[in-house]
Amino acid sequence: MRVVVAMSGGVDSSVAAALLQEQGHEVIGLSMQLYDHRGDQPFGSCCSIDDLHDARRVAASRGFPHYTVNFERQFQETVVANFVGEYAAGRTPIPCAHCNSDLKFATLVDRALGLGAPVVATGHYARVDRGEDGRWRLRRGVDRGKDQSYFLFSLTQAQLAHAAFPVGGLTKEEVREHARRLELRVADKPDSQEICFVPGGDYASFVADRMPDAPRAGAIVDMAGRTLGSHDGVHRFTIGQRKGLGVSAPAPLYVLRIDADSGRVTVGPRDALAQATLTASDVNWIGGEPPAGWVPVTAQIRHRHQAAPGRVRALPDTRAEFVFDVPQAAITPGQAVVFYDDDVVIGGGWIANAR
Amino acid sequence: MIQLPRLRAKCYDRIELIHRPDVHRIYLDHNATTPPAPDVVDRMAAALRDEFGNPSSVHHFGQRAKAALDEARAAVAALIGADPSEVVFTSGGTESDNFAIRGAAEAIEVTGRRHVLTTGIEHEAVVNTVKALGRRGWRTTVLAVDQTGIVDPEAVEAAIDDTTSVVSVMHANNEIGTIQPVAEIARRVRARGVVVHTDAVQSVGKIPVDVKALGVDLLSLSAHKFYGPKGVGALWIRRGLRLTPLLAGGRHERGRRAGTENVTGIIGMGVAARLAAAHLRDEATRLSGLRDRLEEGVLRAVTGTAINGARAPRVPNTTNISFDRIEAESLLIALDLQGIAVSTGSACSSGTLEPSHVLRAMGLPPHRTQNSIRFSLGAATTEADVDRVIAVLPEVVEKLRGLSRVPARA
Repeated sequence: MRVVVAMSGGVDSSVAAALLQEQGHEVIGLSMQLYDHRGDQPFGSCCSIDDLHDARRVAASRGFPHYTVNFERQFQETVVANFVGEYAAGRTPIPCAHCNSDLKFATLVDRALGLGAPVVATGHYARVDRGEDGRWRLRRGVDRGKDQSYFLFSLTQAQLAHAAFPVGGLTKEEVREHARRLELRVADKPDSQEICFVPGGDYASFVADRMPDAPRAGAIVDMAGRTLGSHDGVHRFTIGQRKGLGVSAPAPLYVLRIDADSGRVTVGPRDALAQATLTASDVNWIGGEPPAGWVPVTAQIRHRHQAAPGRVRALPDTRAEFVFDVPQAAITPGQAVVFYDDDVVIGGGWIANAR
Repeated sequence: MIQLPRLRAKCYDRIELIHRPDVHRIYLDHNATTPPAPDVVDRMAAALRDEFGNPSSVHHFGQRAKAALDEARAAVAALIGADPSEVVFTSGGTESDNFAIRGAAEAIEVTGRRHVLTTGIEHEAVVNTVKALGRRGWRTTVLAVDQTGIVDPEAVEAAIDDTTSVVSVMHANNEIGTIQPVAEIARRVRARGVVVHTDAVQSVGKIPVDVKALGVDLLSLSAHKFYGPKGVGALWIRRGLRLTPLLAGGRHERGRRAGTENVTGIIGMGVAARLAAAHLRDEATRLSGLRDRLEEGVLRAVTGTAINGARAPRVPNTTNISFDRIEAESLLIALDLQGIAVSTGSACSSGTLEPSHVLRAMGLPPHRTQNSIRFSLGAATTEADVDRVIAVLPEVVEKLRGLSRVPARA
């Protein structure tokens, strides 16, 4: 079968490509150029021009074709614009999830089909298979520490029908062993950590430089509404943040709420961070239809969160409401909430608010 | 024809090493580069061995290398109707363009002339050299072209004044193949004391190029565009014209280009120049016939197609075709997977594609600057190749337009 493999230049997608080739598939490597590499801005470690070179050299060493496709415009218009807009609105975005849903799978499946390839593979730690009802299922990767199903909640049945995650059944160590066995030059390449398009991890300046309006300055207040200090923009804050508040108090203070309209940032003690109920927007139900009534699931509210039990129900307009059995700290608007039944992704959406 | 059977054999032997030996590969990207002719390869292999001397050395070995250099210089000069003493070897088209424009602008600066003019369809080597002068205080003008892809000589004349030092207009465009009225531009502006440069990288070897007929002062050429090796080119400098050298160093190339000569490459360029001169007219006739066959076939077989720049005089091997509702990038990849090598736009650092600045300068709407493919034919191209492209294209395009879907896997 002809398979398009989205190659980032890292070890996971390189091994994904090489394994598929080893299984006898006709592999076509595709890397996405996401921003103009000729500029003099120093970008982060992921998807840099070095990574594109790595992807190309892996393809050359394994003898399959590789192409770099230009997604600069789409990346700016979708992922970067969303990232900036979300911070400006007092939320904390996850660009990788938007990149997967709005860019990678939205465009690569079509491109692959155009090239006569019925499958798009990536190096994500997740699994796709078919349930008893014949529908496509998205499941956690076998390596729970590396699982990336959280970032893939927006995949539709139509996209899952064309998706493959060849390393989803492997542990990271196994992936590196395969890479060494196949003599891939990226075998010992470190994992990418920061957001690829933010130089040096300085989100605040990146966002401030690109905001359409001036930063929304305002007051830092306590839970009773008393002003403790001021700040020069809500984009500098995220829920649960403790450092950089610029106010002194006898006990540590955490950001509890960010109101972009008034510019007000509410802070309080750690235990005030815990909340049980959240509303999610743009919810995707992987099975295709929303569940009827309340359904018991576990929910994960950020990449490194241990999914916790509760119940979910669908609301009109592709929204959903979820209630944790035990309140969870720092439910953060802008992050994704992903619902699981054991290791199967039921659906997910973007956290709109919590209470 | 340039020894077609041997050229084919060598060319494909090499390409098939890369991947999928089962695919019959058709190379239609001769404006990007050409496979060195077998005679070039053979002569260069011998030169690496036998002409290793430094042409600046006094002894036998130096003399032998020097003699080979002279021979190559004479062959290149003959190809463009020049005197050998006017030909300076460089590392290629980019260096020639840099040297011509910067070298002339800097040499003329003392006269107070500090304005350079070029067009919107030039190669990046010219575009960015002019931009660099702009950053250093030169006044710069970039002229648009009309919808046919041609620079208007009257507009050039109107845009120059007493401060203009250099006008650089390419001879044949790399993307659409249009031939610019360089002779008329030179006639209009040289009388006013302006130095005229033409980047002839895409015309030399494809159409007759004669520096006297063109009436320019400086002309860039590159060996690998006419079946010579990469990494070597030349700048023709009209006798008497002084340029400020780019490189500080020894007095090579009559003090115009420092650095020990790329003897092997230059010898290869000389062989390629001789072959080009010998086969130019026959090849031009043959290729324009194949090109017309390709255009007619594609326009007939694929709906929503249009030729860019077709109403202007063009080099015989090039056609640039827009495909409605197609991303050129995807079409290029799909054709490559079918064994057909074409190109689009200008490749950048990572090899991705961008909207064509040439088509943009022609005033084409944005969608047509991103859906065009360049087919550039060459010595290895046969009628069967062209027919295969015409046969393959409709299905490939239909698939990309989403008209025929690939079923999901089981």
